[in-house]
Amino acid sequence: MTTHSIKWFWFASPHTFYPLAGAIARICAALALVFGIAGAYVAFFVAPTDAQQGEVYRIIFIHVPAAWMSMFIYVVIAFWSALGLAMQTRLSAMMARALAPTGALFTFIALWTGSLWGKPTWGTWWVWDARLTSELILLFLYFGFMALQAAIDDRRRADRAGALLAIVGVVNIPIIYYSVQWWNTLHQGASVSFTRAPSMAATMLTGMLLVALAFWMYSIAVALTRVRCEIAEAQ
Amino acid sequence: MLEAGELECERGGRTLFRGVSFTLAGGELLRIAGPNGSGKTSLLRILCGLLTPSRGEVRWRGASVRRLAEEYSRQLVYIGHASALKDDLTPYENLDIAGRLVGVPASTEALGSALAALAVPDLPVRKLSQGQRRRAALARLLMSQRLPLWLLDEPFAALDTAAAAYAEGLIARHLETGGSVVYTTHQAAAIDSRARVIDLAAH
Amino acid sequence: MLDIARTLVWRDLLLALRRRSDIATALLFFIIVASLFPLGVGAEPNLLRAIAPGVIWVAALLSSMLSLGRLFAGDYADGTLEQLMLGAAPLGVVVAAKSFAHWVVSGLPLVLIAPVIALQYDVAAPLYGVLALSLLLGTPVLSIIGAIGAALTLGLRGGGVLLSLLVLPLYVPVLILGAGAVDMAAAGLSPAGQLELLAAMLIMAAAFAPWAVAAALRISAE
Repeated sequence: MTTHSIKWFWFASPHTFYPLAGAIARICAALALVFGIAGAYVAFFVAPTDAQQGEVYRIIFIHVPAAWMSMFIYVVIAFWSALGLAMQTRLSAMMARALAPTGALFTFIALWTGSLWGKPTWGTWWVWDARLTSELILLFLYFGFMALQAAIDDRRRADRAGALLAIVGVVNIPIIYYSVQWWNTLHQGASVSFTRAPSMAATMLTGMLLVALAFWMYSIAVALTRVRCEIAEAQ
Repeated sequence: MLEAGELECERGGRTLFRGVSFTLAGGELLRIAGPNGSGKTSLLRILCGLLTPSRGEVRWRGASVRRLAEEYSRQLVYIGHASALKDDLTPYENLDIAGRLVGVPASTEALGSALAALAVPDLPVRKLSQGQRRRAALARLLMSQRLPLWLLDEPFAALDTAAAAYAEGLIARHLETGGSVVYTTHQAAAIDSRARVIDLAAH
Repeated sequence: MLDIARTLVWRDLLLALRRRSDIATALLFFIIVASLFPLGVGAEPNLLRAIAPGVIWVAALLSSMLSLGRLFAGDYADGTLEQLMLGAAPLGVVVAAKSFAHWVVSGLPLVLIAPVIALQYDVAAPLYGVLALSLLLGTPVLSIIGAIGAALTLGLRGGGVLLSLLVLPLYVPVLILGAGAVDMAAAGLSPAGQLELLAAMLIMAAAFAPWAVAAALRISAE
């Protein structure tokens, strides 16, 4: 194995990463709170009541950012996985493993808020629209990733197998997304669609971005805390 | 020809051994010794290229084994714990296919005489005893005399005295023609006296 | 290299022939699953005709998934897999050859028997061709992509269900395109687009997936 003489790899050592992770986690947790409050303010007080859907539509301020984060986190997991496989650094694998439960959580939140939105608006608890169906499949991808790592005892094999799965998954996500889109147009069952949500006023977009930032900071804080736990356990 | 540089192996969170280094030239015999669980099989598999060491490198004729890939594996034969025989095929079919898969197809006569020399019956492997299976696995050695490197994991296990002596004869002949052999063993073998030893308990 | 691929395909087919249960179980499972649906949803002809493409495709998917466990498990258990990894051909070629043999044993029989199932569902005659073609293009993709899951779950307990969980999301596009092609034809539209996409998926999968499988095998066999 080549000696890690490059300074960059200094942070890749779990031992040196531990205090850094703690510092970043604390900052991000604070930022998450700030953005969360700002986002909630916009969502509940600034954004106007919708003409057709009343107050219920406000759930979009959680639903859409959660959906964004669920996708974004998976891509980040794939990034750390690729890095881990290429550079053979254990920390990358730890980051991917730590992010997965949070990604799955956001996927679940997206599905759940989608369902809560659907019931009062269109009368059903579940709608097979393109986005919800894609989110459901994404949830399975997350579960698969976590289940695979849980099933393998040898840490090194678990890290590398999970990494490969994540990369294969990320390559397939666009294919899955477009095929589900097409499937939805083919079977024009329900005439409802989350993509035909109330048109995006600027305030709504701001609100969603703030909530998304809050989720993002939360994810980083939680993931880094998990990584710290893992590093501590390994000592 | 075969060089191991500072090999370290980590399995299941434990470091099995570290700092294993040696060079092996043609005609030399190397025995890997150590108690159960010390990593003998792992070291052998690292030398094959099947397992990646957590530190260190294996080189064949100066080039890293990782980079050589098939070029390297084409020059060795590895006989592991498992006999690598398909249960539903006969030893003849197994040996025939094994030869073709390494790019060295063998003639019917050569295969026949190899199996006869080791007294392996022509039945599906499923019906053979453990000893017969090990002998069938060893028949590959008779087909691999031109390959410079032999990596053998417990070659004498489950063999009776005659078969074990025959196997030792094969190894000795291979060394005489300039080949190298690395093996692990639990039992004492006559050939041990000619071998250099790497004791994993000391690493 | 082609010699080695040919030897491997021949070896796997020979093994499947000597243990005829493998071909039989894949086929029987497919038939049984397809026969369960009318029992579950009722035998109303219009309903069955409408759900036939989807049901046949899902049955093919499930059957393919169940037979994936066999792809590498046997070789892994008796040590032959290691020898294949030390063979003269690149591991990707070995994987491609094994996947092809696997498809011949587990996928091709489904393509051949699908028209019989379609008969049970009173599918209109012109659709048989599209159905068979969609399965012919799609089942190899299932074998190749499924091989990734099979390689990753090598030797793990709970292997079968875990394998299904890993592989099902990856199967979704094939299912949508395959069943969708037949649905398009049933609606009087041309299925050419979907079939072409399936063909494209097959080419891409055949070109790239073997290397992912090879990497997965190396990870699992360490």
